[in-house]
Amino acid sequence: MFKTQGFKAGLISLLLFLLFLGAWSLATFPKEQATLSGADAEYAALMGKGAEKSSGFPAPGKVGEAFVTYLSDPFYDNGPNDKGIGIQLAHSLARVALGFLLAVAVALPLGFAIGMSPLLLQAFNPFIQILKPISPLAWMPLALYSLKDSDVSGIFVIFICSLWPMLINTAFGVASVRKDWINVARTLEVSPLRKAFQVILPAAAPTILTGMRISMGIAWLVIVAAEMLVGGTGIGYFVWNEWNNLALPNVIFAVVMIGLVGMILDQIFGVLQKFVTYRE
Amino acid sequence: MTQHFLSVEGLKKAYPGTPTPVFENIHFAIEKGEFVCIIGHSGCGKTTILNVLAGLEEASGGVVIMDGREVSGPSLDRGVVFQSHALMPWMSVLANVAFAVKSKWPDMPKAQVEAHCTKYLEMVGLGQAIHKKPAELSGGMKQRVGIARAFAIEPKMLLLDEPFGALDALTRGTIQDELLKIVQATHQTVFMITHDVDEAILLADKVVLMSNGPLAKIAEIVEITMPRERTRADMHHDPQFYRIRNHLVDFLVNRSKGYAGSDAAVLHDAKHPPVVRPGLVEEEAPESATFRQPPQLKQVVNH
Repeated sequence: MFKTQGFKAGLISLLLFLLFLGAWSLATFPKEQATLSGADAEYAALMGKGAEKSSGFPAPGKVGEAFVTYLSDPFYDNGPNDKGIGIQLAHSLARVALGFLLAVAVALPLGFAIGMSPLLLQAFNPFIQILKPISPLAWMPLALYSLKDSDVSGIFVIFICSLWPMLINTAFGVASVRKDWINVARTLEVSPLRKAFQVILPAAAPTILTGMRISMGIAWLVIVAAEMLVGGTGIGYFVWNEWNNLALPNVIFAVVMIGLVGMILDQIFGVLQKFVTYRE
Repeated sequence: MTQHFLSVEGLKKAYPGTPTPVFENIHFAIEKGEFVCIIGHSGCGKTTILNVLAGLEEASGGVVIMDGREVSGPSLDRGVVFQSHALMPWMSVLANVAFAVKSKWPDMPKAQVEAHCTKYLEMVGLGQAIHKKPAELSGGMKQRVGIARAFAIEPKMLLLDEPFGALDALTRGTIQDELLKIVQATHQTVFMITHDVDEAILLADKVVLMSNGPLAKIAEIVEITMPRERTRADMHHDPQFYRIRNHLVDFLVNRSKGYAGSDAAVLHDAKHPPVVRPGLVEEEAPESATFRQPPQLKQVVNH
């Protein structure tokens, strides 16, 4: 068991992590500092706790403390600017979920239609090609102006960025369903609805799920940036808020959480993908 | 003209952008319970003809009439076995056949569907594998499922597009035997494309020979006059076998080119392609290599 590749890889991973922590500790090891003199000392006294935070990049210990504090009570709520990390993440996830589901609701039927009809594909193609490369955040001003609500605008931005990969993959998946399977359905005089759900959908499902996985990845990238812009709640806002507080340990903590949640989201889609993938 | 079960009249297929049609003026007929094979080189439009019969492709001209009705579009009356088996890989073997059965009889109760499917899967020797996915089966087994699926809807006619083309010789032999047994038991009307002369002789009542494309024609219709109860094991003991085989091979190797285009080398009436019974005549001098004469009259029965 100790000879399996998984075990060895895990061991190396652990080693790399310890090496990283060691390097980090060394780099942030407090230098022999001259006792604060004059104005600095006075300033420090004035700022109280704050001055301590601004003294250089935080050491691993400090960040560890942030982890312990936040994770020991993830759902506290002390007013608009002081909420637990669980609540912040929940806000972000809710926005992503809503925007993503809206995108699914549009991309699946539209992608199906486009994939089935070469005419529609050609007609929609220029719009897709132009709209796809636009950074989702570029829509933000227009969204804020026309929707007049920061929360809805965030959801809209998620919607617009999730839409394209799903739309394109659905259309592509539907268009490239093996001709043989379609012919089988035709010779069996299968009704269009039954053909769509029992032949085309399962045949295209792996491609569609890939599109969804890409969309979810992008959505999670974008939500952080969007929340930094619109503020209020969410993990992006949390990062920005802690930056304004110059509480770098908290920022690092939040960055790690963003990575973890992103990984979990991706894994969920990985499992779903495995579920619909078929072997030929 | 007597009413045939299926008659193909003046069939023509031209693809847009190409001046010469792949084939034109194709006439032939199939009677109920008959097993007809079509042989010809690649590019003569065999698959297109089959697809037109299946209703999957539209001809540029001519009509196909089956059982008194013109064929327009696919129908459950005609079961198709595809060259690439065309099983849905996300469905089990049983579900693949059940998909077809439920298409034909939407109101059949679930248990009955399963029994019906199992019956046909057992017929092709797959009773043990019904819950497997196609990916877990060998090529021959997959093709068997394809055959079971086509038989299970009990079509008036079966269309097989080179069903054994992708199989190794041993597997092909076994499945040919199985198909022969099933067809003899059910008296199914079959139209089948093949490249394999022995396969055609084993299975068919009639072999339609197509000349090379473009402008492919039906060169001859060869009647297999050997008794219907053939088996792969003793078929080649019949003296007719080699005469028929030589005739077919000779056509494919030498004569199939002579019909092409305007410089057709052989006098030929497309509406009544010569019907030949090479099995019945005594051994005679091989057909001369000069094409400027009609097919040997002794063998021709409808002229």
